[in-house]
Amino acid sequence: MNYATLPQTSSQLALPAWRSRALFVLLLLVMLALFVRAVYLQGIHNDFLQQKGDARYVRVIEVPAHRGMITDRNGEPLAISTPVESVWASPADVEIDLRQLMNLARVLGMSPEALRDKLQTRRDFVYLKRQLPPEQARKVAALGIPGVSLQREYRRYYPAGEVTSHLLGFTDVDDNGREGIELALQAKLGGKPGSQRVIKDRRGHVVEDVASLRAPKEGGDVALSIDSKLQFLAFREIKQAVIEHKAKSGSIVVLDAKNGEVLALANWPTYNPNNRAGASLGAIRNRAVTDLFEPGSTMKAFAAAAALEEGKYKPDTRIDTGDGKLTINGRTIHDTHPDGVMTVSQVIQKSSNVGAAKMALSLTPQTFWGHLSGSGFGMHTGSGFPGEATGILRNFQTWRPIEQATMSYGNGISVSLLQLARAYTVFANDGVLKPISMLRQVGHPAGEPVYSLRTAREVRDMLELVVKPGGTAPLAQIRGYRVAGKTGTAHKLQNGRYVDEYVASFVGMAPASDPRLIVAVMVDEPSGAEYYGGLVAAPVFNNVMSASLRALDVPYDAPLNNVLQSAPLVEEET
Amino acid sequence: MTRLNVLLLILVVACALGVVTSQHKARKLFVDLQYEKERAQQMDVEWGKLQLEQSTLVMPARVERLARQQLQMHLPTSDQMHLVRIDGSEAQP
Repeated sequence: MNYATLPQTSSQLALPAWRSRALFVLLLLVMLALFVRAVYLQGIHNDFLQQKGDARYVRVIEVPAHRGMITDRNGEPLAISTPVESVWASPADVEIDLRQLMNLARVLGMSPEALRDKLQTRRDFVYLKRQLPPEQARKVAALGIPGVSLQREYRRYYPAGEVTSHLLGFTDVDDNGREGIELALQAKLGGKPGSQRVIKDRRGHVVEDVASLRAPKEGGDVALSIDSKLQFLAFREIKQAVIEHKAKSGSIVVLDAKNGEVLALANWPTYNPNNRAGASLGAIRNRAVTDLFEPGSTMKAFAAAAALEEGKYKPDTRIDTGDGKLTINGRTIHDTHPDGVMTVSQVIQKSSNVGAAKMALSLTPQTFWGHLSGSGFGMHTGSGFPGEATGILRNFQTWRPIEQATMSYGNGISVSLLQLARAYTVFANDGVLKPISMLRQVGHPAGEPVYSLRTAREVRDMLELVVKPGGTAPLAQIRGYRVAGKTGTAHKLQNGRYVDEYVASFVGMAPASDPRLIVAVMVDEPSGAEYYGGLVAAPVFNNVMSASLRALDVPYDAPLNNVLQSAPLVEEET
Repeated sequence: MTRLNVLLLILVVACALGVVTSQHKARKLFVDLQYEKERAQQMDVEWGKLQLEQSTLVMPARVERLARQQLQMHLPTSDQMHLVRIDGSEAQP
């Protein structure tokens, strides 16, 4: 044994001091490295990392806002948005086996092939089916297929269906208004979806609300001037009349005579707004507002009013209509029933073209134009309806005498039914023309004075004669109420020539002592046995007006035995 | 010195536990809130459905049909109507 090695062993045990120091420095360096890294991550590189982290679990979700409700004047809902679910998928994330595919296809009500096609697109986002009812959507959620999710949307329902379809219009699949009131009041009705930043867990549940980026703005409710009861009545009667008289179409407008509110507005043919599939463009058109027609004899009231207002005639001034022919510049105006000398009142009552033409020709073109224009012809009604027609009232500087004469009985001038109904507010309101309103009004809007009180009352009295025996519309008489109105039976203009197709119309007001309602009816091309306004349109007026007066509890202003049907009605053309 | 440090340490640990607990509570309450929101939404759906149902049931067309067919009602004819004036005397029909 060599003991000399012993001290060496002990020196091996006693470690040199530098080693521990080296270790200490090493640890310190590691610490330093960690510290530097920490500073780098927490401080310098923080933004980027925070962003990456957020991208993994912070999501911005949309908070849907619903569209406002449209109600009638009494708060009955006419259009409601209810929540529905849309099913969407991100095709890359979808894990689905054949059995699940079949199940999903069955719940969605589509063929498995179509579904597979949708899932095989390259896009990140694909709608599988939009606007499912909530129960069906719950079944989809219950299948629990990864990558298939639901999104809340709103769908518009119209409880009254085809009765209010033209009035309300409709919305597109994204709940934006496309027609009618829905479009006109889009700014008020439409909601603005908000957005919110949230934290979602791995399974997609929202676990924390971080911040509200934009509060959702719910759509506002709108109360229309429409009365659902009257709307239904008007719709039912115009539909029946169009079918009964085999007409092309028909329109009806009911106005509040005092303030110009539209109480009902309906057309036939129409469509079901809850399911527009297969609806033709013709059925979608709101004819009472967007279509023009030559009004025919309903214009005579305005010719008489203008002549009376200018002091050229009085209600009992006698006009010689001769043998019912009047030739101006080589063109002849005819009366269907020549009646010799008659008063202005009789001209209106029996609807004499020659009489009306003579009254119109007593005025200068500018004066006559001024009165027609003042009554709202050739101008917007103020309803704000999208696509509203302004009508055609040509500038008086281009008028020839024959045109001025024919305009007095409604040829050579085009109006919409709404415009015609509005024009009659001047007779109902003692000479004041009221603006049309689709919204419920508070109080009575100021109108434009057009005729003097005296003229308006005189014309109203003449219009009462129209429904009396000897007039053109005894069928418009209503038991217990005095009625004032005017018929129209206008030849239609096709390719610049008048043909033997007609537009039958009737515009009237009741009770005549203090009119509450104005009803305007227009039936286009009645091709049954009857085509006179007094036979086709007046009964519609009668049914709607009498039921409406009853519904509104308007007091009687005539004895209950006022209806006289003895004499046959006077037929008229134009 | 040491005692102060221990005290501070205990305080720090207590605060940390407090943060954890309140965070947990907040999450739990948030889940409850989400649940209630969901319920509110479901009720909203229900409300919309009921409104629709009601307005469908009171449609004039339906009411009229029921009145005419089920209840055999009809509009009164002129001889069935009597007009009573405000002074109480009956008007001539």
